[in-house]
Formats: sequence, structure tokens, C-alpha cells
Amino acid sequence: MSVLVNSDTKLLVQGITGKEGLFHATGCREYGTNVVGGVTPGKGGQETDGFKVWNTVREAKADTGANATMIFVPPPFAADAILEAADAGIELIVCITEGIPVHDMVKVWRVVGDCGCRLIGPNCPGVITPGQAKIGIMPGHIHKPGPVGVVSRSGTLTYEAVGQLTALGIGQSTCIGIGGDPVHGTTFMDAVKLFNDDPQTEAIVMIGEIGGTEEETTAEYIKENVKKPVVGFIAGQTAPPGRRMGHAGAIISGGKGTAADKMKAMREAGIHVCESPADIGETVKKVM
Amino acid sequence: MKIHEYQAKEVLAKYGIPVPKGFFTDTNGNAKELAEKLGGYPVVVKAQIHAGGRGKAGGVKLAKSAEEAEEHAKAILGATLVTHQTGPEGKEVKKLLIEAGCGIERELYISVVLDRASATNVIMASTEGGVEIEEVAASTPEKILKVFVDPAIGIMPYQCRQLAFGLGFPKELIGKASKLIMNLYNAFVGEDLDMAEINPLVQTADGQVIALDAKLGYDDNAMFRHKDAAEYRDLNEEDPFEIEASKYNLNYIKLDGTIGCMVNGAGLAMATMDIIKYSGGEPANFLDVGGGASAEQIEEALKIIVSDKTTKAIFINIFGGILRCDRLANGVVSAAKKIHIDIPIVIRMEGTNVEEGNRILQESGLNFIIGNGMRDGAEKVVAAMKG
Repeated sequence: MSVLVNSDTKLLVQGITGKEGLFHATGCREYGTNVVGGVTPGKGGQETDGFKVWNTVREAKADTGANATMIFVPPPFAADAILEAADAGIELIVCITEGIPVHDMVKVWRVVGDCGCRLIGPNCPGVITPGQAKIGIMPGHIHKPGPVGVVSRSGTLTYEAVGQLTALGIGQSTCIGIGGDPVHGTTFMDAVKLFNDDPQTEAIVMIGEIGGTEEETTAEYIKENVKKPVVGFIAGQTAPPGRRMGHAGAIISGGKGTAADKMKAMREAGIHVCESPADIGETVKKVM
Repeated sequence: MKIHEYQAKEVLAKYGIPVPKGFFTDTNGNAKELAEKLGGYPVVVKAQIHAGGRGKAGGVKLAKSAEEAEEHAKAILGATLVTHQTGPEGKEVKKLLIEAGCGIERELYISVVLDRASATNVIMASTEGGVEIEEVAASTPEKILKVFVDPAIGIMPYQCRQLAFGLGFPKELIGKASKLIMNLYNAFVGEDLDMAEINPLVQTADGQVIALDAKLGYDDNAMFRHKDAAEYRDLNEEDPFEIEASKYNLNYIKLDGTIGCMVNGAGLAMATMDIIKYSGGEPANFLDVGGGASAEQIEEALKIIVSDKTTKAIFINIFGGILRCDRLANGVVSAAKKIHIDIPIVIRMEGTNVEEGNRILQESGLNFIIGNGMRDGAEKVVAAMKG
């Protein structure tokens, strides 16, 4: 079992004729994902590196039966691309693009939140089910199939945690990067619920960071509903207040969203919280 | 992007929000003349810095004559204000706003921000004007009125009326107050702001509703839609290292410690700061070179780190996925050969081609210290910093 992405995934890439889009479409195909083609308005009918290109998501879906999309469209046009995918009835929309205006995402979420499809990101590395398929930009080779579900707001810090797990011989069921923006689709809570219901997942790693209150609300849920062991880390324990730490959503504002508050809430919920990011793998090994 | 009060008032006025008449100046000697142009007293001389708490720090003064305005201007311009938001080093005042006073009857509060949990914009209002909203939220949360705006519909008149009545405006001012609230929301959306706050919003003795102070912030990601607002950026308010870093698309934030860091990815960069602290050091900066990290970016990043003279050692922590370790190592070696670096550099790399990367570092003839894993790297850099 796995969540979100597996060997049944038929993936489209929006923005496939761009440098990034093509590079990562190729990366996903090499990892074993069934990439059925891509979409770039005005370039329909072309073929690039063996990928067929359509003008619209609707056409691409009708021709291929695509059920997932990965978006590399530049920030000014990314909201439009997400809505186009949702309108075409794509079930899983993974938006990699970083730098989408937050007002655009507020409007997008108003529609996508209720349309029955699932959005992951934006500003995220994507999602991978090791050994089966990946939708995203993460290095596939550091992953290994296994029992740990990983959910994170960060990219490279997730790779760090995955690298530690794999080095200890512990594999992953699925890794979900929910992204570093203040308004995003799939939340910690959504991911934790998926892992909780997934029989392959025996333990969960949750990597949060400063800003917002999602970690706290998810901790509440875990306390009441999750029996599987959960290991947590919060990045930004040393971050100054009022500054955006790289991610648009990583900011302590009005005294809210500190690492200390999040770690406290997570500890109170029975989550095994690591103080040091170097201890994530070892802690998982200990609790499993 | 933060902007000054006088700029914020310019934006609000564009959206039809009443603001006091005022003039901006950054030169000494013309305050008297500007005060006279306002056509009445008192006038207010206000320091323009990107930090709150100016009043308590002596940055806002009332003047009953043009001469007094000149005196205040002379005292404030060039002075260093220390407020709870500036840090202990304070901020030098380089700009002033000279503004008409008004007969304040009541001070209120109104703001628009994004509520992250519901992914909708929320308007917050309170009768406790002139006080920071965090204080009101902590002591009397029931005094904060909230209205959530459906992004598909936008702000509706009933929501503005609800807030205007809730703020206790008299019947004859409900129209004016509602209109101001609607205009504030429209400015928030129209300008792609990430925060819009009027504190205090005042009701005057002669029946006006005016934005007496204003704080607006632009969403950095939306500046492509607001090219005209780009001129509001004030480099005097930014750290020189941060200005330099922004030229090369590096995400850099200056901190107080002694260990410089260079990391790829924001989350890993924060975690690197955390593990430095955990290992007994203090980070000198946050620096995310991004997923790509070109040779030029690596070189510029190293230049910025070493030009900060408080830095005693450097920790480079890279998880190479798409970015290959051998390419990164070559970038670091060529950068280190070009710029003179006389402080220890600890490099920890992981991921694609890591063995090749470490070989390049070891054979470079430069004195790199190699960290095996994040913990080892952090411990080594703290030890190197201590000498």
C-alpha cells in the first residue's frame, strides 16, 4: 500500500516545455512514474524528449486518462494552471512552483478546497512512494521502500530526514512535501490522516517549521486519534521574530508560530520531538 | 516589503481613505515652511522608520507653532530611535512626516490580514485604538471583532456595517466608517498586501473618520504586478549584507552570532542554525542558496559571509539532490581561491556524487574541514570557531 501516488498514477506535467519542467518530467519517468505527457499552451501537437504535448489539460486528460499533474508554470501564471487542472477533473495536483502571490492562492483554495481533487503544495518538492513512483523534484535514489510515512513543509530538510532513515535501513511508505507557503493544499492533518489509515505505514515523521499553527492543531488530532508512533522536528528554533525565513510561510508574527510553542504542543500530544535535526533517524529507530 | 507611514497613507488615499494632510521631508531646515503650508495648529512631526513604538521613543511630537515644528524636526531627524521593534542598536531617522493635527474624539483599531488556518482574509477591528493588537488579544480578546471575507465574493456592505456598528460609531458616521472599511479591504486585495493596519483609526470632533497612522506591507511575491510600488523600497531600512544578497537572489538574513552558514533550502538552512546553537555556537546568518546554487551564487554567498567581520568560521551544509555534490565542491573551491578567506570552513555534503565532491575538496590544496553528517559538521565548526 501507499498513499497518493503509486504504479497506477498517470502523470501530466504542466509547463513541460520549460527547462525545469522537462528536466523533472524526465527524472520522474526514469524513477518509474508513468508520465503520459505534458501541457504547454500553444505547443500542442509537438513532442519533446518523447513526451507528447497538448494545449490544454482537458485535451490531455481526454487523450491519456491522466489522473495526476505536476505544475512547473512560473508564479504569475501558476494559479491559473492549478485551476485549469482542477476544472479538468485531475484528481491529484502537485504544484512545485515557488513564489505564487498569496492572494492568488487564497482564491485558488476557495475553489480547489471544495472541488474533490487534492492539491499538494505549492512551493513543495512533491510526493514519492519509494520503489513505485514519484511526482516531484526529490532525488529518488536516497529513498527506500518501507514502513515510515514522512510529511514536511521543507524540501532539502526532508531529504536530510529520509537520508538518515535510509542509512539506518529504515524505508518509507510515502513522503509528502506539503510546501512552505502560508496557503497550501494538503495540510499536516490531511497527511497524518492518510498515513494513519494506510496499513503499510507503521510510524510517521512530521517535520514542521516556524509560522502558522498547523503543527499545533495536528498535534491535537494525533493525541486523540493516532496510535502509530509519531516523531517530530521543528525548524527555526533560533529564528528571529518578524522575519520570513526563506519560505513565505516561515515567519513568527505577533509572537505566534514559534518553534517553542509547536514543540510544546507536539510533546503534550505524545509526539517524540527531536531537538536536533541530526536525531530524526535515530529517534524513529528507537520508537519503532 | 515594508513601507513607510507616509507611503502607506499615499496608497490609502488612492483608495479613497481619508488621511491627514501632510508633507514628507528628508532634509533639515524646511519643517517650518511645511508646517505653515498645513494651515493650522497643532501639527505633528513624525519620524519615518520601519518599526513600531515610535511615539514612546520620542519619534512623534506635537507642535503648536511653525517654530516648534522646526525644533522638533531638528531634534528627531538624524536621531537614533530605540523601540521594542528596532533592537537595542536602534534606527536612525532619515525621513519625517509633518502632518496636520486633528481633534481626536475616539481612537479605534482596524486591520486586514490573512488568516492562515482558514485561508481567507480577515478584518479585525477593536475599540481599543492606539494599543498594539497583540496586547488587546492577550488581555481582552472579546474586544476584537472579526469578519472573514469570502475570496470568491469579496467584501460585502453588510460586513462593513457590522464592523462600523460594532465599533460604536454614531448613526450619522456609519456610512463614512463603512466606506473606509470597504476601501481598506479593496486596497489590501488590490495592492497585494500581506498586512494593512490603521492604528489608530480616529473619529474626530468634527465628525470625520480618519486614518491617523498606517502600516502596510506588500507581498514580495506579487511585486511583478505592482512595479510602481517598487519605488517604495527604502534601502536605508535594510541591512547592507541583505541588500547585497538580494542582488543575487540569495535568501540571506543577518543574525548576531559568529558562525556563518551557507545551506541549500530554507528548512535545512533553519535546521542548520538550530544545530549550530545545539552544538554550542551561534549562527551569524541565515542563508539559503536555493535548489540550483550556481557557481556565481556560491561565490557571492561566500563573499557576503566573509565580509561580515563578526564571522569566525563558516559551515557549508548541502544536501545535494538535483544539485550534485561534485559540482558544488568545484564551485566552492573556485570561489575560495578567488576570495581571500582566512577563517575555517567546514563543509558537510550529502547526496549525489558525494565521494567525488569530498575528493575534490581534499585535493584542492585548500584547508577545508569535512563534516560527516550534520551533527559532526556542526560540532567541528563550533570547535573551529573556538580555535
